[in-house]
Amino acid sequence: MKKLGLALLAPIVALAFAIGVAALALLAVGVNPGEAFGLMWDFGTTSTSIASIVNRAIPLYISAVAVAIGFQMKMFNIGVEGQYLVAALFAGWVGGSIAIWAPLHILVVIAVAVFVGALWAGIAGVLKVTRGVNEVVATIMLNFIGFSVVGYFLGNFFAVDSGALNQSTPLLPESGQIPGLNWIFTVFGFTEPKGTELQGFLIVAILIGIGYYVLVWKTRFGFDLRASGANPGAAKMSGVNPKKMIMYTMLLSGGVAGMVGLSTMFGKLHAYTQDFPRGLGFAGIAVALLGRNGAIGMALGALLFGFMERSALILDLNNIPKEVVQIIQGVVVLAVVIAYEVVDRWIKAREIKAANAATQAFRSDGEEVAA
Amino acid sequence: MTDSDQAIQLIDITKTYPGVLANDDVNLSVGLGDIHAIVGENGAGKSTLMNILYGMQSPDSGTIKVRGVEDVFHSPKDAIAQGIGMVHQHFMLADNLTVLENIILGDEPTKGLALNYSFAKDKINTLAEQYGMPLDPDAMVEFLTIGQRQRVEIMKVLYRGATILILDEPTAVLVPQEVDDLFDSLKELQAEGVTIIFISHKLDEVLSVSDAITVMRGGKTVASVVPSDVTAHQLAELMVGSELPTPETSESTVTDIVELSVSGLTNYHSDGRIAVDNVSFEIHQGEIVGIAGVDGNGQSELVDTIMGVRDAAAGEVVLSGVDITTDGTKDRREDGIGIIPGDRHRQGLLLDSSLWENAMLGHQTQPPFEKHGFVDKKGAKRRTTDIVERFDVRTPNVDVPAAALSGGNQQKLIVGKEMMASPKVLIASHPTRGIDVGAQAAIWKELRDARAGGLAVLLISADLEELIGLSDTLLVMFDGAIAAELEPASVTPKTLGSHMTGVKVEEAS
Repeated sequence: MKKLGLALLAPIVALAFAIGVAALALLAVGVNPGEAFGLMWDFGTTSTSIASIVNRAIPLYISAVAVAIGFQMKMFNIGVEGQYLVAALFAGWVGGSIAIWAPLHILVVIAVAVFVGALWAGIAGVLKVTRGVNEVVATIMLNFIGFSVVGYFLGNFFAVDSGALNQSTPLLPESGQIPGLNWIFTVFGFTEPKGTELQGFLIVAILIGIGYYVLVWKTRFGFDLRASGANPGAAKMSGVNPKKMIMYTMLLSGGVAGMVGLSTMFGKLHAYTQDFPRGLGFAGIAVALLGRNGAIGMALGALLFGFMERSALILDLNNIPKEVVQIIQGVVVLAVVIAYEVVDRWIKAREIKAANAATQAFRSDGEEVAA
Repeated sequence: MTDSDQAIQLIDITKTYPGVLANDDVNLSVGLGDIHAIVGENGAGKSTLMNILYGMQSPDSGTIKVRGVEDVFHSPKDAIAQGIGMVHQHFMLADNLTVLENIILGDEPTKGLALNYSFAKDKINTLAEQYGMPLDPDAMVEFLTIGQRQRVEIMKVLYRGATILILDEPTAVLVPQEVDDLFDSLKELQAEGVTIIFISHKLDEVLSVSDAITVMRGGKTVASVVPSDVTAHQLAELMVGSELPTPETSESTVTDIVELSVSGLTNYHSDGRIAVDNVSFEIHQGEIVGIAGVDGNGQSELVDTIMGVRDAAAGEVVLSGVDITTDGTKDRREDGIGIIPGDRHRQGLLLDSSLWENAMLGHQTQPPFEKHGFVDKKGAKRRTTDIVERFDVRTPNVDVPAAALSGGNQQKLIVGKEMMASPKVLIASHPTRGIDVGAQAAIWKELRDARAGGLAVLLISADLEELIGLSDTLLVMFDGAIAAELEPASVTPKTLGSHMTGVKVEEAS
């Protein structure tokens, strides 16, 4: 219980700090912060808003998981952005071009997205393993290439109407759409959201979260992954093949990244369109940092980001600059990183103290001496 | 001999670390303009002494005199101000800067707000000419050879006005041709009045280049000699000590069954120098084969190659009759090779992970740590608790991170987890380094018991008591090769020391 309290301390302090900074920013532009926050809260807690918040959180969460897989072995997959866009394009095209039994149809679309995402990330993996190219550089470059690839294929091959203002892959037929989950609200006695459908891909996102947790913390592969991140030399000596590990991690991270755009595709747009949501890959990095790569922490982080984006809409309607929300988002990530570091050091110091107490009788086997 | 003839005098220097007496009443006199060598084994206290002279550490007691005047150094800055400069064994150069930028780094000449490059260049060129050390100030450091980099390091020190130069094992990283070049440079420097103190293990080199030699052993200065008065053999004997520990008179448990056989094993450093040079040996069941040698003569590379962490360029490794030369590390682990790594922080531990996860490391594919691809947390914790008890690891519980333990307790955990996995072959690199005497004896007993049970052990150690006390066969490594195979019971300081330092042994022993 005490441990849980410690774990919660850091994010709470960070959030309070971020809200304080935002309040200052609001005051600076002559708005009463209390009023602005009140508006955000009232608006953000309606059923419709909650459905919208969760919908926004789903892709952020998947994106964060993709980034976190890399983080576990100290690799930065900055390329989630490109990976999910390329994956969504191909998944949308394949999904819109076939009509089969619904569950199979959905599985095919997911499989294509995972495969393409893994392939795109795998390029960076191959470059790192065979040529020692830093994955940060490779994935950033692959983002730019990905944007061009998407534009080229959509415009020249995949668009239903290449002259349209908003080019789009063929629409997913009924069998390739995932129905919404608004009934959940009525089951629990809440009013049903209006004009927004809670996306059914939520279930897949939850499964991804569970899968991530089990893989990283419960399996031998997860142990090897974390060991490689913590101490590559020791991991290697323990029998982990670092090159294989890099490849697996990149493929896994890219595979998950491939699913980032699917909630929107299955539940809303039903196609890959020219105005398909962008920026989710980069936002995922922030959410992964915010949630400290934890399955639950990242979910909370994604929901927080979703809440802030949603409630920003009401600020606009009341002539309050909605940029204040972006300030909170930025500050909260920075504050969390710092707060965790401080709390971590404090916990570590306590543990060392405890171990020292246990060693009390053994003062003589002190530190090693380089002589 | 008057004070004014002496560049450096260290008088009665004593320095203790927790549990270790690193320098014990050390005395050293270095004549002005001399090339003075300091020789001694790892852990003899040479580095500590040089760190004190360079102001990186302060002695507990004792006096430092520079050119006859007593002085106290609080930091290297004070030492540099007195004209003392040090070139470390591992170069500290920025690869992506030029030679000139590296030399002036931290001591940049300025003109107004801008760097005064032309001043620096002139100064470097003048120094290079004066000391006969050709250098291109505009070359990028990343394209220089090791020998040229070393020259940059020396120039860095001269640029700061040093007239007393400390070189820490300058030849350890050089190929023979570069060694000759270095010695030519040292002679030039000496001709220009520079005093040079250099640390080495290679006695032939020491005898050829130095004017005076100080031998250190066990934190003490045991002899000060001039090269003309001693032979390399006498020097080697001084270094190792006149008395060697006698091996425990326990019955031999060596069997006829070869467990690990290494033949013709060879590989290279990334810069092309040979790391492991055609090494062959056999370890039988119930046998401990010890490897003596000064650190850095290929021992860690040999271990890495046997473990499959490094690729063998040639040769083969055979475990229980099966060729495993091309197997991965994981397979070798599963086949029963255990390893106590020499550098536990780099290769042995996950400092931020719990003790039970650390106990898993290296055995994560086997019970009780794994079950059907999943981590068996219960089994792992149970095993770790057993290790903690049997090997007396002092810890509140098995959930604390390894970083919370003292070095000795970390080492006991590593030894324990490897021994309890009941390997067929155990590679033990410095298994008792940095731990107290009581725990050391306990680990030695564990090793002897396991040997009696048929374990084949490769023991690499700098501790002669450990090596001679435990080994059935003693090999000496020098420059990547097996220099000698000796009988632990009859080995003499002279032969052991000679082989360790690369002195040619004329009489067959």
